[in-house]
Amino acid sequence: MNKEIFFSFSFHLIIIFGATLTLPFLLKKPIDLPPIISVELIQITEKTNIPFAPKAKKIIEKVKEKEKLVSEQAPPKKVKKEKPDSIPLPDEKIEVVKKIEEKKQNPEKVEDKIKQVSEFEKKEMFDLNQIAALIDKSKEEVAKTKKKSNKITQSQDDSVDMLSLTLSEEDALKAQIFGCWSIPLGLPYNENLLVRIKLKLKPDGTVIKSEILDHVRMNKPGQGFYKVLAESALRAIQLCQPLRVPSTGYERWKNLQLNFDAREMLQG
Amino acid sequence: MKKKIQLLIIFIFTLVPFKAISLIEVDITRGNLNPLPIAISPLHIDEDSEKIFFEETKIENLGIEITRVVENNLKTTGLFNPLSKDAFLQKPDIAHLKPRFEDWALIKAQALITGKVTITEKKIRVEFRLWDVLAGKEILALAFTTVPNNWRRVGHIISDKVYERLTGEKGYFDTRIIYVAEEGPKVKRIKKLAIMDQDGFNTKYLTLGNELVLTPRFNPTNQMVTYLSYFRNLPRVYLLDIETGIQEVVGDFPGMTFAPRFSPDGKKIIMSFASDGNSDIYTMDLETRVVERITNHPSIDTSPSYSPDGKYICFNSDRSRYQQIYVMKSDGSDVKRISFGKGLYGTPVWSPRGDLIAFTKLHKGKFYIGVMRTDGSGERLLTENFYQEAPSWSPNGRVLIFYRETKTDEKGEGFSAKLWSIDLTGYNERLVITKTDASDPSWSSLLSK
Repeated sequence: MNKEIFFSFSFHLIIIFGATLTLPFLLKKPIDLPPIISVELIQITEKTNIPFAPKAKKIIEKVKEKEKLVSEQAPPKKVKKEKPDSIPLPDEKIEVVKKIEEKKQNPEKVEDKIKQVSEFEKKEMFDLNQIAALIDKSKEEVAKTKKKSNKITQSQDDSVDMLSLTLSEEDALKAQIFGCWSIPLGLPYNENLLVRIKLKLKPDGTVIKSEILDHVRMNKPGQGFYKVLAESALRAIQLCQPLRVPSTGYERWKNLQLNFDAREMLQG
Repeated sequence: MKKKIQLLIIFIFTLVPFKAISLIEVDITRGNLNPLPIAISPLHIDEDSEKIFFEETKIENLGIEITRVVENNLKTTGLFNPLSKDAFLQKPDIAHLKPRFEDWALIKAQALITGKVTITEKKIRVEFRLWDVLAGKEILALAFTTVPNNWRRVGHIISDKVYERLTGEKGYFDTRIIYVAEEGPKVKRIKKLAIMDQDGFNTKYLTLGNELVLTPRFNPTNQMVTYLSYFRNLPRVYLLDIETGIQEVVGDFPGMTFAPRFSPDGKKIIMSFASDGNSDIYTMDLETRVVERITNHPSIDTSPSYSPDGKYICFNSDRSRYQQIYVMKSDGSDVKRISFGKGLYGTPVWSPRGDLIAFTKLHKGKFYIGVMRTDGSGERLLTENFYQEAPSWSPNGRVLIFYRETKTDEKGEGFSAKLWSIDLTGYNERLVITKTDASDPSWSSLLSK
């Protein structure tokens, strides 16, 4: 009798345990699928055939005019006008100047803002080709501000993996060296011919020093193939430099190791 | 519990330093297969030497001629791109003393050959240097002295040395090719044994053309040749010493012997012997003249070829109904079929490097020259044509030479047989220029080892 109860209890326990593991998926909400965006494929011709293009042009011009008005009504001009309007007594004069200074919160920033807006507008109006340059400038400025503050630099470095290049950085470097490396086709494909070269680089990617890690193997008898491969790898580095290294994070990649392995290519 | 904690601490400490000292590694697994740009500066010869040499050989500038041989050799490999001399900025004599690497790098040269020729006591002395332009250093320097008529060989030896230094494998330029020179209409063909340098120069005929000759093969160790000719209207295997001109019939077999080839040590000949419609493989020791039967099967076993270590033999047989390639131990045991593709396989030849077997394949009326690994895997067909066969390896196992025939037209004209070479990549296919039509080529080993 006890046995039966024990078996029944354990059997139910197993079912409950199984149910707790498997059934909760029923409670999960169905995945919210985003609405489908329909895309119409059109043929691209040399001339545009959009009928409302002139209308759009008018709208753009109107918007620009409005923006111009905004810049004309810039607040600092009002500040300048305040000075000649009132003719205070000598004692009062000092107080008014102080008050004006208090009203101006971060006066330098306001001036900067005004300047930026007006300069941008002028350039947009007259030289559209400079937009790319402006974007680059803004990037540079961001980089400068980050450099100024140590805290920001550290946090930025932490976000990047210290031990590797990003995929795009690595791909750029690889693609460059692929083009420079003439693989000696006479080498056997079934031998271990991995050449490891340690590089010390300048920030612009120029090679300061290159060192073959297994250089002892170069002059050993019967290692002719290794020597040939190592020399070809060194030639590739010489030919390629300055290497396409990332523009930032010099500390990260100033020492770099390149592993040249031709087996994949030699096997065909 | 203590142990567990200790292990955990050790584990953590072993991980931490790795992160601190590790270096960014980038794996370069691809490169370009473009030929290496090489500048071959004409070998400098002084005026006195030039005059003396002209009196002897009627060749105006020996330096330029040797350079031309080297340039042609390196170009035919497909691995080098000799640069145009018009672009050279430095004079040959100065470049030989001290090259201005910037000038050579400017024209995109990665390697540079310089040298000079002098004649003393009726002998020529040729010295050359190989420079790594990008590293800015000399990587090879050699000098040779020989009789003036040997100048082409000097060019071939220089090519071999440069090739070996830059590719890592032995060259194949200082070699000769023996082949069957053919003349006359297809139905009445005159076939003679001929020998030439690998670049097609210095052709010499070894037989007069009275008897039909086929399948000549070089001895890998000396200047002996074995071939098939007719003796009392029966095809028989012959031996010929190229230096003395002495020839002899191999063995005293009652039937016909064919498809001869030397063993890697040059001491044995392996061949097929046919009688009563059955063909088997035999070897004969050239010193003791002892004949040994290797295969014993009712099918046709033929075209045997030794592996470079002499331990295995590949051959073709129709024992599985269709002609396929087999490999066995050199004593005839452990026979294994290695070709399983569609079509018929024949004329297997083991590479001197030992890693591949070249063959002729017939499939859907077309002939292919291909290679496969010694276990039959990795079959690659290198070239396809109406009719082509008899591949023979260069001594470094990189290039195959074979012959190709063209179709005859309705009038029975237009037939030709030419030698062609192709490298293992399958891209570098070239016609080998011969004075007459040619077939059945066989590549010698390096003359200067």
